[in-house]
Amino acid sequence: MTILKNRLFWPAVILLALLVVNMFTSNQFITVRDGHLFGTLPDILRGAAPLLLVALGMTLVIATGGIDLSVGSVMAISGAVACLLISHLGDQSAIGSVLLIVAVAIGASLLLGLWNGTLVAGVGIQPIIATLILMVAGRGVAQLITDGQIINVQSSPYAAMATGHFLALPIAFLIAVAAIVLVTLLTRRTALGMLLESVGGSPTASRLAGIRAKRITVMVYVVCGGFAGLAGLIYSANIKSADSISAGNLIELDAILAVVIGGTALVGGRFSIAGTVIGAVLIQTLGVTVVAVGVPSKATLLFKAVIVVALCLSQSATFRQKVFGRFRPSRPAVAAEVPA
Amino acid sequence: MGEPLSLSGTSAPAGVGGGPVLEMTGIRKVFPGVVALDGVDFRLFPGEIHALMGENGAGKSTLIKVLTGVYDIDGGEITLGGSPVRFTGPLQSQKAGVSTVYQEVNLCTNLSVAENIFIGREPRKFGRIQWGLMRKRAAELLTRLDLDLDVSATLDTYSLAIQQMVAIARAVDVSARVLILDEPTSSLDASEAEQLFKIMRRLRDEGVAILFVSHFLDQIYEVSDRLTVLRNGKLIGEYKTAELPQVQLVEKMIGKELAVLDDLEDKAQRTRTKSAGAQPILSATGLGRTGAIAPFDLTIHEGEVVGLAGLLGSGRTELARLLFGADRADSGELKIDGKDVSLRSPQSAMKHGIAFSSENRRTEGIIGELTVRENIILALQAARGWTRPIPRRKQDELVDKYIKALQIRPADPEREVRNLSGGNQQKVLLARWLITEPRLLIIDEPTRGIDVGAKAEIQKLVAELSDGGVAVLFVSAELEEVLRLSHKIEVLRDRRLVEELENTEGVDADRIMQTIASGAVQ
Amino acid sequence: MTTVDMTPATNKTTPTNPRRRVYRPNTKYIPILATLTLLLVMYFTGVANYDNFGQPSVVVNLFRDNAVLLVVAVGMTFVIITGGIDLSVGAVISMTTTLTATLLHAGWPPLVVLPLVLLLGSLLGMGMGAVIHFFKVEPFIATLAGLFLARGIALFINQNSIPIRDKFWKTLSEYRIVLADGVVTKVTSVTAVVVVLLAALVLAWTRFGRNVYAVGGNADSALLMGLPVGRTKIAVYTLSGFCAALGGVLFSINSTSGWALQGQGLELDAIAACVIGGVLLTGGSGYVFGSLLGVLVYGLIQTIITFQGDLNAAWTRIIIGLLLFGFIVLQRVVTRKAR
Repeated sequence: MTILKNRLFWPAVILLALLVVNMFTSNQFITVRDGHLFGTLPDILRGAAPLLLVALGMTLVIATGGIDLSVGSVMAISGAVACLLISHLGDQSAIGSVLLIVAVAIGASLLLGLWNGTLVAGVGIQPIIATLILMVAGRGVAQLITDGQIINVQSSPYAAMATGHFLALPIAFLIAVAAIVLVTLLTRRTALGMLLESVGGSPTASRLAGIRAKRITVMVYVVCGGFAGLAGLIYSANIKSADSISAGNLIELDAILAVVIGGTALVGGRFSIAGTVIGAVLIQTLGVTVVAVGVPSKATLLFKAVIVVALCLSQSATFRQKVFGRFRPSRPAVAAEVPA
Repeated sequence: MGEPLSLSGTSAPAGVGGGPVLEMTGIRKVFPGVVALDGVDFRLFPGEIHALMGENGAGKSTLIKVLTGVYDIDGGEITLGGSPVRFTGPLQSQKAGVSTVYQEVNLCTNLSVAENIFIGREPRKFGRIQWGLMRKRAAELLTRLDLDLDVSATLDTYSLAIQQMVAIARAVDVSARVLILDEPTSSLDASEAEQLFKIMRRLRDEGVAILFVSHFLDQIYEVSDRLTVLRNGKLIGEYKTAELPQVQLVEKMIGKELAVLDDLEDKAQRTRTKSAGAQPILSATGLGRTGAIAPFDLTIHEGEVVGLAGLLGSGRTELARLLFGADRADSGELKIDGKDVSLRSPQSAMKHGIAFSSENRRTEGIIGELTVRENIILALQAARGWTRPIPRRKQDELVDKYIKALQIRPADPEREVRNLSGGNQQKVLLARWLITEPRLLIIDEPTRGIDVGAKAEIQKLVAELSDGGVAVLFVSAELEEVLRLSHKIEVLRDRRLVEELENTEGVDADRIMQTIASGAVQ
Repeated sequence: MTTVDMTPATNKTTPTNPRRRVYRPNTKYIPILATLTLLLVMYFTGVANYDNFGQPSVVVNLFRDNAVLLVVAVGMTFVIITGGIDLSVGAVISMTTTLTATLLHAGWPPLVVLPLVLLLGSLLGMGMGAVIHFFKVEPFIATLAGLFLARGIALFINQNSIPIRDKFWKTLSEYRIVLADGVVTKVTSVTAVVVVLLAALVLAWTRFGRNVYAVGGNADSALLMGLPVGRTKIAVYTLSGFCAALGGVLFSINSTSGWALQGQGLELDAIAACVIGGVLLTGGSGYVFGSLLGVLVYGLIQTIITFQGDLNAAWTRIIIGLLLFGFIVLQRVVTRKAR
């Protein structure tokens, strides 16, 4: 019965259940049109891309025991930067220029991440407050960049980031997959993952073990900023404009939720990328399902809340024990050690 | 072993009438995969100091937690004052008159001294806490225990030793019938421990039954009337302390003939001959840090064991931290292999082959939720940088080697290290540094709070390292240990290095105590 | 924070009356004093730069405009001192205003509505506290779920703004209290000040208050000392829920309307105010008066922006962010130096 004890069991079950519901309610769950995949499932995967990216970065930040509230603002800024620059292009569809602009926007996001990381690791401000500063001011900066307007762009390569297909698959989804693979390789093929978990477990002990805890902390905020920037680009490419008010609004909460549903504890330490992916896709699917099954719009949030409450409870070992009988950990919890 | 269980002290101790105040019979406690207590009997009489003995993992902590209501029992019976009880939480056991002082001071350091004594029982009038009355009572109580503290200062402004005494003051004021002291002396120096014993004897004479746990055998013999020995969760026997020779006690605790232990100790016993012509590895001149340690001179040679002796807070740890770059020096110079260096961070010290294992095992040593394997390779991995991971096969090889060499139990590299006993955690820490193949190993209190067997093994290890040419800076509050292992002893006092002693025939604990007490003997 | 320094007992043979006293100046008031100083600096900078800034009404209006935040921050202070956090407060406000407006609109008597919504807020808080305590769900997550739930309920009741025409509410809204010549204030600010005073009293003078500190200082120790840790935890979330509901009532009085999107992001303002006021997010340390100062800093920033006048929305956000940044860094520097 090991599988039942896995923290990811219930999230995975709920995700599958929601997908099954969608299979029956949607006209086209998955279909091939013009050589591309279309339907509800590809839509979910495409739409989940920004949240997936943000949640990935958030996972790393949370692993160090931090939190990043500014991701939504970073999304707004990166979208604003990109759209502003593209709108000044002579040929908005010039691929080279657009790629360069995308790079500039991501570069700006990395800098914003560096700012967060410096405040947390360098100045020593509590993460929730340090990133709150950028959360508040960042949206102002985005508004300033767009001069309070919504900048529309007509750039097919830019729009392709969100709506295009490559090898029959949505490009946004491919970007997210690439990011997942990259982060997994970065953390599990190098020693970064273990060092991250060590810093999250105990910063003092990590420093005394020779780990450059501050450098690692700054790094995860930079990475988180970069991913948020990329998510912002996909968001703005999808609506072909920069909307500095609603871009990434409240996404930090969804991202944190995705991370926690995925079994990473907010206090830091052990993290799970696979868990975060399940969590993010689950949240996206939930949003789609609510519409698909025809829950009235005024009840969508309430419906979502009920699922979230159920998920949070399913993540609690104590709750599972009380509800599903005696919970046995896979390894004996050694309160009294077996003597030598 | 093979000796029958002998209950040599079955009747009430002399001078005490009536039955036991506390009696536990057939106590059984099972954790998933482990039987922590297996049919243990235990009796405690009023007006006695009763030592609970056993190695780490023998079941002492579990027994105490059962008594204090932290754990519920799976079998057996507890009677308090003749009537059966079943504690469901610390509050119930406290109300029934069982108070506990733990090894790790379990008070709230963010609250004032007075509050720590009275919280939960504050004197009130119309629901309002009477702060004045509370402070007055706290001061009175502390005076009774010979303590003169500012009761309105927060507890974190006082040392661990003082915090321990405050914990006892709290326990006493609950008007305890049974007082449990779980390794209260592990962070106290000799004079502080002495003061604690005075308090214990006074309370005993007032009729309090005291259960005392300590790893220091001398203290057991100094203060306890009777003792109970546990091993592997089973009762070995109940004895009068005065009637049980130390050697036999240790045998009963570890279940081995003492010859084995003697062998270990023999190996640890230094010949105290330093190979002539050993090169100095590190030499500090006027190195110091304001507020932490006054400028000092110190040279450490290859294969040399240097002991740091001094009371708690004498600057032992501060000195060690400077040599590891954990804190930065603000004066003086440091030469390593004859070259000027400045240690700005632990990394820079590690580059020079210096390793440091902190005295605060739980907060500055192990990473609890990582596995034994990860904890062991952590420092080596940090030194290599995150881009060059140690191949998994190599990791397993190294970890297996050190689990065997240091006899880390349980020998499971994938177990979370927080589930290991203190002694085994300490070994994991040592392994972490040994695989970096250091030239100078700084170990701060490696044997504090761990059992006799593990202690001997660690001492033996230090001796072997030294024989292999590794220099060791050994920090310990136990003078005997420092004397046994060191070639050279640095004595600290009031955050100042006051004397350097070659460890020759004439040097003994008294000689060092004298220096600590009176400053340098020139 | 445990330090192991102590004066060594110099003579071990005479332990009678040993010199054990190690005195260090108490550092617990430093953050709050730093905040106070910087608040005053900010205030007098305002006075020096803008006409009419020095008038008493500016200070009085600070309380009027931030009454809701103040009440919410008080509840938040309790929660943060236990080492927790409550993200649901903004949503509870929206739930309360919507429910109040709806019920009053339906003709329920105000004296039934008022206790009812306060009770509901408290119950929601109690529920979250119970989940946190019994099921060991992290406070951030439990209250995040609470946030979704409360706002979900609000939106379910009504997605639009509902005006309140109830007489009692109108009277409360329009009632003016004259403090001095030309200086008037409203019921809401008086309520907020009373809440602050009561909370400070509870925190400093009652067992519950002290248990809150003990739980935040070291919950394991508190348990071993026999303190009602679970009850205390549940109680602070209940209290925070009550304060949020009260905040919602004040909101509905101030605006004489209810709206499901009211109070969005207010939880972060409240947390920031507490932190600025020296309440440590790690728990165990902080004062209600600190949070009061934090709220005043927040309010003063807004006031200065209003006095500046020619700022658009974008600049307002940026300036708030910058001031927040400057304030937190300054406080950190001051606190560090003093230690």
